[in-house]
Amino acid sequence: MIRPVHVVASAITDLRAPTPEVTTAEMAFDVARAAVERSGLPRGSIGVTVSASSDMLEGRSFNFVRGLEALGAHPAVHERHLEMDGAWAAYYAWLLIQTGEFDGALVVAWGKTSEGSTARVLNTRLDPFVLAPLGLDDVACAGLQADAFVARAGLGVESIDEVAARAGRAPSDEIVASPLTRAHLPDLVDGACALVLSAGGEGPVIRGADHRIEPGALGHRDLSRAVSARAAAERARAMAGWDTRVDLAEVGSSYAHQELMLREALALDGERVNPSGGPMVADPIMATGLIRLAEAAARAGPGERALAHAATGPAMQQNVVWLLEGAA
Amino acid sequence: MNRVAVLGAGQTHHASKRTDVSIAGLVREAIERALADARLEPADLDAVVLGTAPDFFEGIMQPEQWLAGALGAVGKPLIRMHTAGSVGGSTAVAAAAHVGSGLFERVLAIAFEKHSESDALWGLSPRSPFGRAFGAGAGAFFAPACRLYMERTGAPPEIGPRLAVKARANALRNPYAHVRKATTLDEVLDSPMLWDPLRRLECCPTSDGAAAMVLGSERAARGRTDAAWVRGAAAMAEAAEIPGRDLGDPDVGRACAAHVYRQAGIADPARELDVAEIYEPFSWIEAMWYENLGFAESGWRFFDEGATEPGGALPVNPSGGVLCTNPIGASGMIRMVEAAQHVRGRIDGGHQVDGARLALGHAYGGASNYVAMMVFGSEP
Repeated sequence: MIRPVHVVASAITDLRAPTPEVTTAEMAFDVARAAVERSGLPRGSIGVTVSASSDMLEGRSFNFVRGLEALGAHPAVHERHLEMDGAWAAYYAWLLIQTGEFDGALVVAWGKTSEGSTARVLNTRLDPFVLAPLGLDDVACAGLQADAFVARAGLGVESIDEVAARAGRAPSDEIVASPLTRAHLPDLVDGACALVLSAGGEGPVIRGADHRIEPGALGHRDLSRAVSARAAAERARAMAGWDTRVDLAEVGSSYAHQELMLREALALDGERVNPSGGPMVADPIMATGLIRLAEAAARAGPGERALAHAATGPAMQQNVVWLLEGAA
Repeated sequence: MNRVAVLGAGQTHHASKRTDVSIAGLVREAIERALADARLEPADLDAVVLGTAPDFFEGIMQPEQWLAGALGAVGKPLIRMHTAGSVGGSTAVAAAAHVGSGLFERVLAIAFEKHSESDALWGLSPRSPFGRAFGAGAGAFFAPACRLYMERTGAPPEIGPRLAVKARANALRNPYAHVRKATTLDEVLDSPMLWDPLRRLECCPTSDGAAAMVLGSERAARGRTDAAWVRGAAAMAEAAEIPGRDLGDPDVGRACAAHVYRQAGIADPARELDVAEIYEPFSWIEAMWYENLGFAESGWRFFDEGATEPGGALPVNPSGGVLCTNPIGASGMIRMVEAAQHVRGRIDGGHQVDGARLALGHAYGGASNYVAMMVFGSEP
């Protein structure tokens, strides 16, 4: 049996770019303070702090050490930092509460894409021998994925345009990575997100969670399917004892076609998907996934079932799925 | 927390340049050694936790994604830790939390650094958002703390060099150590002064290397006679720039030590621990941490009395420590591997502390503001 953990509070910065007037530590401070205040819990009673960010994205090694200054780490706190999207920091925080060692956690993630060329930065995430020297970037990987998906699913580019239209995008003729056009790409922004998890208190309850990773080599994957998203969802459902029905979902579809892939893999059918607008309208890499969890928690009405999903890595290599039940 | 056992552990041979392997080959070498030690296959693992220091060291962002296959992580949960120099320790702590949650039976912890891929001094000299590039690396940062310790305690100036001699003598018995060279006190004293009071031979090398551990549940350890048990595990941090913060004796180290000693039921670490592996990238740091970790009121006197030599009351770093082997991202986990293997009686090489029943592994990082510690015992 898993220990019920509540999402008791959250905070998200204004998601925009560029933001030369604030440091990542300042962004982290704003959301950490707001989330703790909204939780109503004394800072000292929140047993562990788990943060997430990327040095490479910020262009500075040990950048998270500055973030620590903003998280109330004085006197010393139990603290962890993941070099990942914050959705995985939330997973680790949830796991720490499952151990019984901690009853509450502050989870904070930040990403500042405007510090440099995100395309060049994300190129360095690919294997250094074959893919990175080819000059592939995140958009190119997403394009290969979209191509494989539409071919397998027998869809035209207009189905991707329909998703983009819901994010407020007019169709574009400018092919960026075939079949993806300019209209299908995420709006890269700067931002931070914090949430407070607690074994007691109010707020939606986490009923299930799981995450999985696929191979690093694109050629070793079935790019036409969101394989690890499906696997994570199946295990999260088994943990929760749920069938596939949910009332709303926030999914980490940075690129328009990924929403279609995720609807298929996560068995979403007719639910409200990305009522927040999703990552296409605001993608502060490294905070994007944690924002999905915060948005799903904020929107789950009493007794409603919500699914939060996040992806990271080239062409959604790594996926986490959360199942939340709105407070009665 | 459910009980957590160490089922197996391993490390690579460490060297300044492991040009015979890629990063994937390096991590695989440590993993295969740990799996063989645990008598398990990659398919037996339920999850993987990877730790490595800044991605700037190798120039690869989130290398765990590229490495998923080499790690045996495909189709499994994988998380990536980065807590500065303490990351090898915090990675093992994270793997223990996976098992301790009751949701995982067997979890792999793997940490690596391949310093030969780039320039560690550059990677260790980050530019502040509104400041100039520090440009001087870790030695310049920690040397004033060493000087502070010397001034405050009146320690004889040879203590640091003698600690370096101890490390190098110990490493001769450790087949995995990077620096394995008999070194005299005169050789240390004659080596160039890099960052006063730290001479060249009082500083850690930069190494290529990896370390791995397989942690398992009580059920996974059933029938095994060579399991070590995690008796305490914690990772703590404190804001680095609090005025008056004591770099020679940071509060976070004392807090983390108190926490794991309480978990393990240890009242007097110097008497109750049989061996300790602590993170000492510079000679004087070791004496400082003896005090910070509660081994003795006076760290340098504790060393001067011979207490921490092999065969002493509390042998510290019989492996030769970070002073002889330093793949930064893995250095913390090497401490945990060594500590656990002492308790299991499975130390490779001639530095086994016979009959060790309780061992401490310690790692620190950042501006001495990140600490991770584990206590391993022969009994649950």
